[in-house]
Amino acid sequence: MNKIAVIDYGMGNLHSVAKALEHVGNELTARTGEPTQVLVTANPERIATADRVVFPGVGAIRDCMAEIHRLNVGEIVAIAMKSKPVLAICVGMQALMQVSEENGGVDCLGFMKGKVRYFGDSLLDRQGQRLKVPHMGWNQVKQTRLHPLWKDVPDKSRFYFVHSYYVQMDEVEKITGVTDYGTELVASLADNNIFATQFHPEKSQTSGLKLLSNFLQWDGSC
Amino acid sequence: MGLAKRIIPCLDCDNGRVVKGVRFVDIRDAGDPVEVSKRYCEAGADEITFLDITASHQDRDTTVETVRAIASQVFIPLTVGGGIRTLEDIRILLNAGADKVSINTSAVKNPELVKQASARFGSQCIVVAVDAKQVPASGEMPRWEIFTHGGRKATGIELLGWVKRMVDSGAGEILLTSMDRDGTKKGFDLALNRAVSEAVCVPLIASGGVGSLEHLAEGVLLGHADAVLAASIFHFQEYSIQQAKQYMVSQGIEVRL
Repeated sequence: MNKIAVIDYGMGNLHSVAKALEHVGNELTARTGEPTQVLVTANPERIATADRVVFPGVGAIRDCMAEIHRLNVGEIVAIAMKSKPVLAICVGMQALMQVSEENGGVDCLGFMKGKVRYFGDSLLDRQGQRLKVPHMGWNQVKQTRLHPLWKDVPDKSRFYFVHSYYVQMDEVEKITGVTDYGTELVASLADNNIFATQFHPEKSQTSGLKLLSNFLQWDGSC
Repeated sequence: MGLAKRIIPCLDCDNGRVVKGVRFVDIRDAGDPVEVSKRYCEAGADEITFLDITASHQDRDTTVETVRAIASQVFIPLTVGGGIRTLEDIRILLNAGADKVSINTSAVKNPELVKQASARFGSQCIVVAVDAKQVPASGEMPRWEIFTHGGRKATGIELLGWVKRMVDSGAGEILLTSMDRDGTKKGFDLALNRAVSEAVCVPLIASGGVGSLEHLAEGVLLGHADAVLAASIFHFQEYSIQQAKQYMVSQGIEVRL
């Protein structure tokens, strides 16, 4: 049994990510015979007994961090990060950093050295054209490093992004993918058994589902 | 290379069925929004917009079930609009699998709803839909006012001030329909779209009047829209999503192929 826990800390739409995991899980089950179970839960024991953990997040970081603290999700993620594959998505990835500029400055979990910055109100592309914020839609992700989660995902595939804040990493060697929106942005990163994406694989059709399928088969090494 | 302009087919649904007709030759049930959504997703649509035009409030359960069914099988963003009145309505739809909700009449009746919804669920999932119509203003620059109740009711509210206010309240995207063009197949109202796109910092979805592929490209190139929404040209298979994208590429527009 391949058990996947999606951490539910009350921050909105977990249906999409759970359904996408179930979808790719069913495909894998049909191929390998190993059943897949997707649990949406905040229960520490259920998360502890899962084979892999998804740390999602949408909305404002202040509210996310408040719920993360209230439900002790930081500790749950820290424990998972020691022992099993973890996938952090969007605000879930931002929450791993030290601090975010959103909501007037919010301390994050500090599991990775980096900051979450605002795009600004006057973002321009390389030709000087104004860019809309949020960065919303399908953008290309250049894979900057080999990683098991990129297996069979063509380089420069488009993924669905929706965010107004972006991660700036001190440890550039952890970056696994970049995208371009006015400036080069961290699209994904990896650190041992954790992989994190600014984009939403669960909303990125073929490429996103492939990445999720790779995650369900990943042993956490890279 | 950078962010792609989006093509969004729109499904109008009444009590769980696609209305206005959809004619895919090779699907079993062209009135089933799940089948239709899957087909568009496979064809390369960048998002799906599901507009609930069910008249009766009691039939909301059908809508929620339909959204749940679509979201279980379609892995691109799904926007749901129509009849959303309260934070609870929004919560139920997001939990059912909608990625964004589109608020129109309720935003006019209760502008605080947009503020509260974006604070609670995040701007990324709050689309404010606006139905605009040019009003006579002799000798002046064109002026638009917003209409509610599916474009039937005048509000007297000036458009550009309204969309700025909605973005300040936390709208993450504007879905703009020209009442002058909707259903005409004469193309988007380009001056209207350009005025709104320049007035706000958030992405703009142009809607109303698409009758050809040229119109889609114009919406982006001349209307400065970030996404283009259309119903009938795709439903009746006049053009496929891929044809639309290929045409946009030929006009120098970046799309997801």
